[in-house]
Amino acid sequence: MKMKSLIAFALSSAFIATPAAADLVIPDLSYRTGPYAAGGTPFSDGYQDYFKLLNKRDGGIGGEQVRIVECETGFNTEKGVECYESTKGEGALVYQPLSTGMTYQLIPKATADGIPLFTMGYGRTSAENGAIFRNVFNFPVNYWDGASIAVKYLKDQHGGSLEGKKITLLYHNSGYGKEPIPTLEALAAKHGFKFKAIAVDHPGQEQKSQWLQIRRERPDNVLMWGWGVMNQVAIQEAANINYPMENFMGVWWSGAEIDVLPAGGASNGYKALNFSPIKDYPVLEEIKAMGDLTGDGSNVGSVIYNRGMLAAMLTSEAIAKAQEIHGVSEISAPQLRDGLEALSVTEARLVELGMGGISPEFSVSCQNHGGAGQAIVQQWDADAKVWKALTDYISSDQDVIAPLVKSDSEAYAAENKIEAGC
Amino acid sequence: MSADFLYGIEVIINGLMAGVLYALVALGFVLIFKASGIFNFAQGVMALFSALTLVGIMEGQVPFAHLINAIFGTSIHHFGWTVPAVLAIILTIGVMVIFAWMVQKFLFRHLVGQPHIILFMATIGLAYFLEGVGDLMWGSSIKRLELGLPQGGSLAIENLTSGLGGDDFYGFFIDKLDIVATIVAILLVILLVAFSQFTKYGRAMRAVADDHQAALSVGISLNFIWVLVWSLAGFVALVAGVMWGAKSGVQFSLSLIALKALPVLMLGGFTSIPGAIVGGLIIGVGEKLFEYLVGPMVGGATENWFAYVLALVFLIFRPQGLLGERIIERV
Repeated sequence: MKMKSLIAFALSSAFIATPAAADLVIPDLSYRTGPYAAGGTPFSDGYQDYFKLLNKRDGGIGGEQVRIVECETGFNTEKGVECYESTKGEGALVYQPLSTGMTYQLIPKATADGIPLFTMGYGRTSAENGAIFRNVFNFPVNYWDGASIAVKYLKDQHGGSLEGKKITLLYHNSGYGKEPIPTLEALAAKHGFKFKAIAVDHPGQEQKSQWLQIRRERPDNVLMWGWGVMNQVAIQEAANINYPMENFMGVWWSGAEIDVLPAGGASNGYKALNFSPIKDYPVLEEIKAMGDLTGDGSNVGSVIYNRGMLAAMLTSEAIAKAQEIHGVSEISAPQLRDGLEALSVTEARLVELGMGGISPEFSVSCQNHGGAGQAIVQQWDADAKVWKALTDYISSDQDVIAPLVKSDSEAYAAENKIEAGC
Repeated sequence: MSADFLYGIEVIINGLMAGVLYALVALGFVLIFKASGIFNFAQGVMALFSALTLVGIMEGQVPFAHLINAIFGTSIHHFGWTVPAVLAIILTIGVMVIFAWMVQKFLFRHLVGQPHIILFMATIGLAYFLEGVGDLMWGSSIKRLELGLPQGGSLAIENLTSGLGGDDFYGFFIDKLDIVATIVAILLVILLVAFSQFTKYGRAMRAVADDHQAALSVGISLNFIWVLVWSLAGFVALVAGVMWGAKSGVQFSLSLIALKALPVLMLGGFTSIPGAIVGGLIIGVGEKLFEYLVGPMVGGATENWFAYVLALVFLIFRPQGLLGERIIERV
């Protein structure tokens, strides 16, 4: 009898737990544990909170509730793939793995399954060629754009010429960290600066050798492609050797509050690229007022939280676009792909959403899955503990990047026997 | 003297300093292995947990706040006070003693007589459990460790040595935090050696390490000694956590510093405190010199793997490690 009751209870629970089929299922491959948790947690918080706001305030998107399915990856590629496999059957519409390693693994799988991958500012850069990477979107800006924007900014800082200057890249010794190297080599050839790349092994807790080398070689500027503890240690080590902090600049994954706070006042003046300036976007007040925040709420408004929120906003806009294109509210993953490809972001719409200025205006197309290719430069004010925007949006150098994207994506197409679409 | 030669010396000095930091982590492993034969996989996580606890106490953070708020619908995060560093360190040591007692009471007491591989696997479980508890207790955000430890290169040393090698040499760089870590490590080793040689409990600890059965037969409580050893390892973990946490902030990657200790143990021996120090110094200098001399030719980032290569070479010729006890088994 007891066993029967148990089975009955289990079955009824299963039915109760089963969501309505009409939910818009968004898996969140998060990492709230492990060595990279400090970066993974705020992104996931921002991603989830925005969808929660839409559910609460607007009743979802186009009348459909968004259901987040969170799966912990620990920033481990194998676990990320397991998460993908275990969640795709729930009707997953889009994946945002927040890891370049996972992105590389998921590109063939997601393409075969017809599920779009939205790798916002990370992943495989040449995936911006939508004619070949039909299911992958990496707007609004990618690593090669980032390298080019950094060099463009440094050129301005050096009075319009980088001839004879020394620029060093300190990079996470992984697929992610190596992404900007070909672009920086091409830019070095174009602008005449001496380029050197110095690798830091995972996790980057110990970087004495690298910074002694930088101290010996005295580069004019150091760029950083780091993530996790590598960022905090690098900034502390730069301060230790008295490297001028204003000559040290990170990519957007090396430019959050968590990267600079551990070094205290020594991090003052450190620069980083960012997708958008840090300011009090009205939507943040709505999120705070909503209650039921993901996590303890302490991350709201921080750099990485805002980025998670931006990713959710762009996804929700693409969902709305897909609903509009296909005339249904219960969209499928391939339909969302169409929505992503038809996405257009305007300042007027951003203001309407309470996020004016959080992104440059851009449109996605069948050929261009990379978006605007623009970013700002921000600088850390250690006294006020705030990031201050130093520039408006800077565009990348497409003369250098476009041929690199073309050759890399075409090589991928040839290797995988993909016929270019569009 | 040429600048290159002087920079080589700078690399060696910094390698020695890095080696001291590796040895700090390795010491905790040695203490537990020597006394109980257990290879404590959780030592790195203990360093993380103790450092998290120290910062949490100093900042007046409410432990398990997220859990409490989720269950009771409250919104508490801080007690509203801060605790002076010295008091916080004492309280953290207290927490590590309680942890040691719990490990003994709820885990190893039930595994007495099990093969070493089972005990090793138990410490793997313990590592993940402790990491989870640390997350639940104090959260996963990065915390700044404000103990007033000096940071940055020593300008005095830099200025004093800058004229040695012409315009291309900028003087020796030596991190003040590394100097502090070296002094702390020396004091720690003296303290541990003095404790084990000259105190009643230290002698009891050595007796247990030599022969459990014989120690039991003369009335030494095995349970007590193991709690003592785990407490000492917890204290060593706290020191390591503080030194490493001062560089990067206290965050979950601290648990990975154990990976830096493994080649040190392989080289220095699992049962020797001086071996951990000597092993740390050899690994520190070896990996830094290799990176300096060979790294640029092979794309850099050689330190992680070269440390293990160095340890393996030593292992081939001296399996018990440089200063480890000789392995003799009667057939």
